[in-house]
Amino acid sequence: MEARHFSIILAVAVVTAALRLLPFLLFDRKGRSIPPWLFYLSRVLPSAIIGLLVIYSLKSVNLFQPPHGLPELAGVAAAALMHKWKRNTLLSVFSATTCYMILIRLF
Amino acid sequence: MRLRALKAAFPKTLPVMAGYLFLAVGFGVLLRKSGLGAAWALLMSTGIYAGAMQYVTIDLFLSGAAPLESALMTLMVNARHLFYSISMSEKYRNTGWMKPYLALALTDETYALLAADEVPEGVDSRWYYFFVSLLNHGYWVIGSVLGSQLGQMLPFDLAGIEFAMTALFVVIFVEHWQKKAARIPALVGFVASVLCLILFGPGGFTLLAMPAICGVLLLLRGRLALGQ
Repeated sequence: MEARHFSIILAVAVVTAALRLLPFLLFDRKGRSIPPWLFYLSRVLPSAIIGLLVIYSLKSVNLFQPPHGLPELAGVAAAALMHKWKRNTLLSVFSATTCYMILIRLF
Repeated sequence: MRLRALKAAFPKTLPVMAGYLFLAVGFGVLLRKSGLGAAWALLMSTGIYAGAMQYVTIDLFLSGAAPLESALMTLMVNARHLFYSISMSEKYRNTGWMKPYLALALTDETYALLAADEVPEGVDSRWYYFFVSLLNHGYWVIGSVLGSQLGQMLPFDLAGIEFAMTALFVVIFVEHWQKKAARIPALVGFVASVLCLILFGPGGFTLLAMPAICGVLLLLRGRLALGQ
């Protein structure tokens, strides 16, 4: 049992490490500078990926079954509004999570 | 110089500390429920250090997956890390011996902190990157071991605490949205992801959303201001 778990952990760790290290190995040596299109991507991607991560973290929400994603919607709205209002990340995250945790117990 | 960088880094990592402690405690609790104790939590959180994927790894244990299947799953869930590293390769260019660690510690949250913000003035950027990475890694490891050890003893129910991750991403999205130059890329990422999720389902949609986002952004090249 332990060997099987260990081999899965090893596989996950090696692939994760490879994904993180590869770009540095490919583009970091002297004389091999980053092509302009890739540099452009690296400037605009951060903002785009955040949009993806929001969706990624909500991907398992089922809109067709009660409560139709309402706790998630309320939590996202709470985070966004709170952040527009106070611009304090910790406060926004805390109030949104609290809001969500209360709602999933009510529905 | 190091102390100064640490002092600048610590307050920036506080929201991540909160989010990671939530998520890591949750991970430790689930791992314990699957029959693996604190030593395994320590091993996984130190060696894999990828939040969402570690939750998936528990599923892989329980479903009796083979290492190859686990590797492919990791490729899908973590493909986004390729882009994180590409986009940090300029900032990390002169980090010397720290670079391998900085690369390995580049999680969603660490990336979000370091890619969005400039290093505070008068602070050595190498050590700033290093401490932000190390502190976040530390929160994650400590949280998962704590969860494994104490999770069952907690007097209250933690269900839903994982929403902290979503909330953190929403907050970072709002931050980007308020910068004019970042607004269109943020919208592209959001819309493309929604479309891919609807078309391909939650299974591997990120694998398709990634190239879609890159393609649209490349088409918009020249129209988007490159400014900060």
